[in-house]
Parts: sequence; C-alpha cells; structure tokens
Amino acid sequence: MELERTFDNLSEILQDLSFGSVRRWKEEHPGSKAVAFFPVYAPVEIIHAAGMLPVGLAGAGDKLDIQHADSRFGSFICSIVKTTMEMGMTNHLDAFDGFLFSSICDSARNLCFVFKRNFPQMYVDFLHLPHNSASPASVDFLDAEYRRIIGELERLGGKRINDAALRNSIDLYNLQRKLVRRLYQFRADSPHLLRAWESYLLTRAGNFLPVEEHIATLEGVLSLLKDRPGKRRDSIRVVVEGSFCEQPPLDVIRMLEAAGCDIVEDDFALAQRWFHGDVPSTGDPVRALAESYVRDAVYSSVRHDFAHPRWEGLADKIRNTHAEAVIMLIAKFCEPAYFDYVLFKKKIEEMGLPHLLLEFEEKLFTFDRLRTEVETFVESLVFD
Amino acid sequence: MANIPATEYRGGVHQRQKDLMLDWYATLDQAAHTADPPTVSMMVSGNCVELLEGFGAVPIYPEVNALQLAIRHQSLEPILAAEDMGYAADNCAYVKADIGCYVKGTTPTGGKMPKPTLLLCNFVGCNTYAKWFEHVATLTGAPLYMLDVPFLRGDQPSQADLDYVVRQLHEVVTLLERLTGRAFDYARFQQAVDWSRQTEEIWSQIKHLSQHVPSPFDAYFDAITLMGPLYVHRAKREGLEFFQAALAEFQQKVDLNQGIYDQEKFRLVFEGPPPYPHFRTFRDMFAKWKACAVASTYSTVGGLWEFGFRHDPERPFESVAMHMLVHNVTNRNYLQRYEQIHRYVKEWKADGIIVHFVKSCRLFSAGQGDMRDYFTKQLGIPTLYIESDIEDPRYFSEAQIKNRIDAFFEALEHSKQAGGHVTREVHV
Ligand code: SF4
Ligand code: SF4
Repeated sequence: MELERTFDNLSEILQDLSFGSVRRWKEEHPGSKAVAFFPVYAPVEIIHAAGMLPVGLAGAGDKLDIQHADSRFGSFICSIVKTTMEMGMTNHLDAFDGFLFSSICDSARNLCFVFKRNFPQMYVDFLHLPHNSASPASVDFLDAEYRRIIGELERLGGKRINDAALRNSIDLYNLQRKLVRRLYQFRADSPHLLRAWESYLLTRAGNFLPVEEHIATLEGVLSLLKDRPGKRRDSIRVVVEGSFCEQPPLDVIRMLEAAGCDIVEDDFALAQRWFHGDVPSTGDPVRALAESYVRDAVYSSVRHDFAHPRWEGLADKIRNTHAEAVIMLIAKFCEPAYFDYVLFKKKIEEMGLPHLLLEFEEKLFTFDRLRTEVETFVESLVFD
Repeated sequence: MANIPATEYRGGVHQRQKDLMLDWYATLDQAAHTADPPTVSMMVSGNCVELLEGFGAVPIYPEVNALQLAIRHQSLEPILAAEDMGYAADNCAYVKADIGCYVKGTTPTGGKMPKPTLLLCNFVGCNTYAKWFEHVATLTGAPLYMLDVPFLRGDQPSQADLDYVVRQLHEVVTLLERLTGRAFDYARFQQAVDWSRQTEEIWSQIKHLSQHVPSPFDAYFDAITLMGPLYVHRAKREGLEFFQAALAEFQQKVDLNQGIYDQEKFRLVFEGPPPYPHFRTFRDMFAKWKACAVASTYSTVGGLWEFGFRHDPERPFESVAMHMLVHNVTNRNYLQRYEQIHRYVKEWKADGIIVHFVKSCRLFSAGQGDMRDYFTKQLGIPTLYIESDIEDPRYFSEAQIKNRIDAFFEALEHSKQAGGHVTREVHV
C-alpha cells in the first residue's frame, strides 16, 4: 500500500505543470533560487552546491494546449521544444530563476536563445558539453566551461560556491545515482516486482525533488520492494531505447507492459544515472565532474564519442539484461533519435534480435495504433 | 512564365566558377583512382580548408555534392535509397542524399568520389554534422576526427574555447601526418592563410557592393554561385584571382549603375538556405517582382567576412580557430543572427526580409517563427515566412509559395507608394 501511495504521489507531482513542489521548496528556503535544466544532462551538483534547486524539465505532457508556441516553433519541431516554450509563455515556469540548455540538438539550442529574447528577466545559459571525448583537451575545456557556469550562478545567487560544498553535492548525487542504478538492477532481475512505469516515476522524480528527498524516497521504495508479492509473467524481455530527451506519456509505458513486454532497460530520464560509476569527491571537484563527463558518462544519442560508439553501448545493455527484443521509442521530429535509429537498427540486426520502431508525441490521446503494433510484435515473438 | 524578365546576371564570373568547380571534381576523381592527392571530407560551415593546404590535401564537401544533386534534380533517388535504410522522412535530406550516393556509388558529375583520407567533422553549430560524419565513417571505414567547436554562447569565445579548438587543430595535424605520410608544411599553411586573408578582403568588398542601389548582383542567388570557389579555393592563388576578377566585373556594373534588372524595384534580405531542387522556379518568383537580394545569411555559413574578420598569417592556428568559432553564421547564436539580419536591413537598405524555413535544417529553421515575430512586431520590418526544403523535391508547393510571395510584394508595393513601411506581417 505504501508503495502504491508513493507512486500516486509522484505521479501527481509529475503532472503539476506549475511546479508546486518547486514553489514550496522556495518558500521553505527564503531567498533561494531554482534553476531548471533542459534535458538531457546538466551538472546538477554545481547548482546544488550554489544552494539552488536544480530541476530537470521534461515538457508538459498532454496537459497543455499549444496556443502560442506554434508561432515561434513551427512545423517539424519536436513536442518538448514547443511545450517548454508554451510553458514559458503561459507563466508556468515562473518558479524558476534560471534555465540551462546544452548542446544536445539544434532545436533545443535555438530554443535557448529564443528563451533569452522572450524572458529577458531570467538567467538563461547555454552549456557546451564537448563532443570530442578522444581529445585530452576536452576535459580542460569542460573544466573551464563549468567554472564559467559557476561564475554565473555565483552572480545569480550572490554567494560563492566552495569546494567543500561541491564535494558534498557530489557525494549526494553519487548516492542518488547509485540508488537509481540499484533500482534498475532490481527491475532487470525481477520485472514482475517492479514495473517500468513505476521505476520511471521514481527515476523521473529525481528531476524535481530535492536530492535529499529523492534519496530518501528511493531508499524507502527499495527496502519495500524485496517483500513485494508478485508472480513472474510470461512476457518478453525488451530494452526500450530512444526516449532520452522528450519523455513518452506514462500511458505508453504502461501500454507496452500490458501488451506483454517486460521492459528491462530503457533510457528514460537518463540524467538520473548519467555516470557508470561515482564522480570522485576527492581532489578538485570541478575537474572531477568534467572528467566524469568525458570519461565515464553513459552513452546517449546526444553525446558523441566515436571511440565508444552508442550502438555498442546498446549492445552491452542488451547482453547485460538478456533482452530478447528492442523497442525503439522515438519522439516525433527528434532528429538525434532518428539518426541513431539507423545505426542502432544495424547493430540489433547483427545481434539477431527483433525490434520495433514506434514514434510518440507528448500529446498522444489514443494509443490504439501503437497498441496494435506492439501486440502484433509481441505475438510474433511469443509464437515464433 | 513568359513575362519574366532576365532573372540573373551571367557574366564571365559564372563560367569561371564552373571551370573551377569542374577542376575540383576532376581532382577528386583523380584521387579516387590514384589515392593522390590526399582528401579530407569536411563541412562547409566554418571550414578549415587552410589547414589542408599544409598537406597539399583537397577538401571534399558533402554539402556541395548534395546541393549539386538537388540543383540537377537528382536528389530524390538517393534520398529514397537512404530512407530504405531506415532514415526518417524528417531527417535532414542533405545527409540522406549523401548517404544514398555512397550506397549507390553515384556523384553529381558522374566521376568517382575517393574514400577520404580523413573524415574531419568540423562540428560547427549543426548537431546533424556529428551524426552525418559518424554514419559516413561506419559506411566507408574512413578514419574520423570530431573537431568539437564550442558553440558561441556569448558575443565572443573565451580563451578556453580558443585553446580548445587550437589544441584540436594540432591534433588534426599530427593525425594527418600519420595518415598521409607527409610532414606538415607550416610555411605552406601560413601562405594559405594569407591567400585566405586576401580572398576574404575581396569577397567582403564584393558583398559591400550590393549596398549600392541598384545592386550589381543578387546576394542570395548569385552569391550562392560564388560560394563553391569560396570554400574550395579560398586558400589558394586561383581563389584570390577568381574573386579579383569577380570584383572587377561587379564594380564595373556599379560604375555603370547597372542592376540585375532593368529597374530594381525591391531590395531584400534572405534568411535560410534556398530550395535547391526548385532553385530556378523560386528565383523566378522574385524576378517577376524585380526583387533583388542585397544580403543573405546563407552566404555566410562558410564564413562571415563582411563585418571585418580576416584570417591572419601571423597567428595562423588562432585565426583558423577564430574563424570556426565566431566568424560563420552556423556557430553564432540565434540572436546574433537576428542582429546580423537587422544590420543588413539597415546598412544594405532593404525593404523587407524573406525567411525561408527549410524542413531539413533545424539549425536554420527551429525558432524562425520567433525571428519573424521579432522583425515584424518589434521592429516593424515587412517579413515573409515561407516553407519548403533545401534538398527534398517533395516539399515545395509551388502555387502556395507563389501566392504568398505575390501577396507580400503587392502589400510592399502598396506601402511603398504610400511612402511608408509595411509595419505588419503579411498574412496570406
Ligand atoms: S526530443 Fe530530440 S529534437 Fe527534441 S529537443 Fe530533445 S533531443 Fe532535441
Ligand atoms: S541540418 Fe542544416 S546545417 Fe545541418 S547538415 Fe542539414 S542542412 Fe546542413
């Protein structure tokens, strides 16, 4: 019961487009600021060490009508760019003092500057995350880039960020990521005890809950899960790939499971487990964050590291979780996902696995067509 | 379309540029057969062609190949081939056309394309470049270097940005030494940077000639014709000579007060790439109104020189890096593009802006609605927004585009007669 209550709570917060939880946090911490970051990744430790609340944006789902944003971002642009713009133009983002965008794709990048023009009272910044991991110069560059951001946040918050605070934040987020990884491991081992939509809620909660609270929630859930009753189902084990930025509607995830998939891996809310291991909290913390980004980040369609190709990362995921199939779940008009699909598909086929390509939009009211496709896919595998 | 006036100026420049480009394709064909000279595949945007000269290497520009295909109405077939491989209808069609050509082994001229000695992804602004080059690398097995150029977040790059790019340029030098077996010829590199400096000076002068009323050439449609030599030959004596001849030709027209029409009626600034598959048709739609582009953002993808930047032989690496970081429209931020357009409108004395949204290219197009809002609502400059594509012939509704263009000029004409500006967006 307690678990269900947690999931209900989280699902409620997640649907609150006015970020009530952020407003409440600000009330409890007078004078403090909240800084939102556009997916996929941001060095939340730095924002946290500045005494601010880092919040991951994830679009507006199906809760908002697009009335203004279409005239700014027209055809062929993904939903999250438009819903984020719409939220900004309809005062849903007023709880925030700043916005951080990064070098994930061309649409998001231009959104950053359109934000700058339309919301001049806000701190809006663009973080260039390097795409050349092979070069030793990358770490030095990112180190400098993080220090630039630190300078900006210090100006915004009116106080210095010191190394001790940063190390403390690194420790906290290391713990958070460790717990999320543990959650994923649990789900891969026992998908009948933890559904993907549940783990999705828990993971995504890390976007908006203060990290201390998120850690407590994760610990609570993990301790309850062991004793959760449940029977193994006759489902196929699938990896879901492609929703690294814009998030699929929760009902799509439920639908996949109802149609007979055990989702044993995915790339939802990827920021919550961005690194393979811990970021070192000894030594120079800024440098440590930069090095971890360049050397220890998980693969993602918005990070380029040709020496460690993303398709090999996907292959590892498939092998590690003993998956039997892959569902490519791609946001409509998401160009990085579209491109990666071609190389992922090649890899999946080489491995002899079946896959299904699905496109979604935030505003997806009927899943009938998707459901039929998934059911047919699952049937073809079960009766093969 | 019988009553359309002569749509373009066809002077000696056009023939010379054709010859230069054919020479380039012939060299690539030779490289495909003999593996000499070495070739480096690069993006046009903020390219570092000067560095290649230090190895006697020749650039391959996949974008130039893609645009040649489109303009010759040959782009659909390779696009479809790429879509068969799994590329989406909404992926950049430049990439699809290029990949389709690799798979089918075709080129725009029918010659052979060499397997590049190096795929040098100069990641300047467009994220699609990174994908594109990774895909070509997996297809061809050619080595890939991802030259990561930090996007311009503020007005100017930081010292860290500059150091980062310079260090990577040195890494490219080391890599090319290994791949070509040739020692880097620093003096030749420096000489190339100096050719570029001189070529850029001339190019900048050419671009300023269109401030003259009437403009001696069309700074969108004609400028595109000149862009090939600008990227392929800029860092060579041939490039400099080509642009010197072009300048002389255009200057003569200015002296004679000759525009591209018997009478120039409208002056425009163009934003966004052209619809190459329907280039002629599109151009005619403006020619009908005797409307001349006096400036364009697209002609600054490879480099933005009209505001003063020049390569510097005294600081060759730094200036190449600065060119990649700041002085090309693709790596500049979106609001800097607004400023650039605004400056064109004022200093080049334009009557209005044409924003051409191309479906393929989110780098250019994402947010162009906001741009329109800025120019019409905030600045009161007549702005027309139209949509099609740069490479895919399927996205061009001729009648609709023509109607919108006609309506725009009718309103513009009307307001010009009334002596004022159209201070609202033209809705059709
Ligand atoms: S969903 Fe894809 S295209 Fe849209 S902002 Fe995210 S990465 Fe960019
Ligand atoms: S997205 Fe635009 S800039 Fe990038 S490769 Fe395609 S056409 Fe060129």
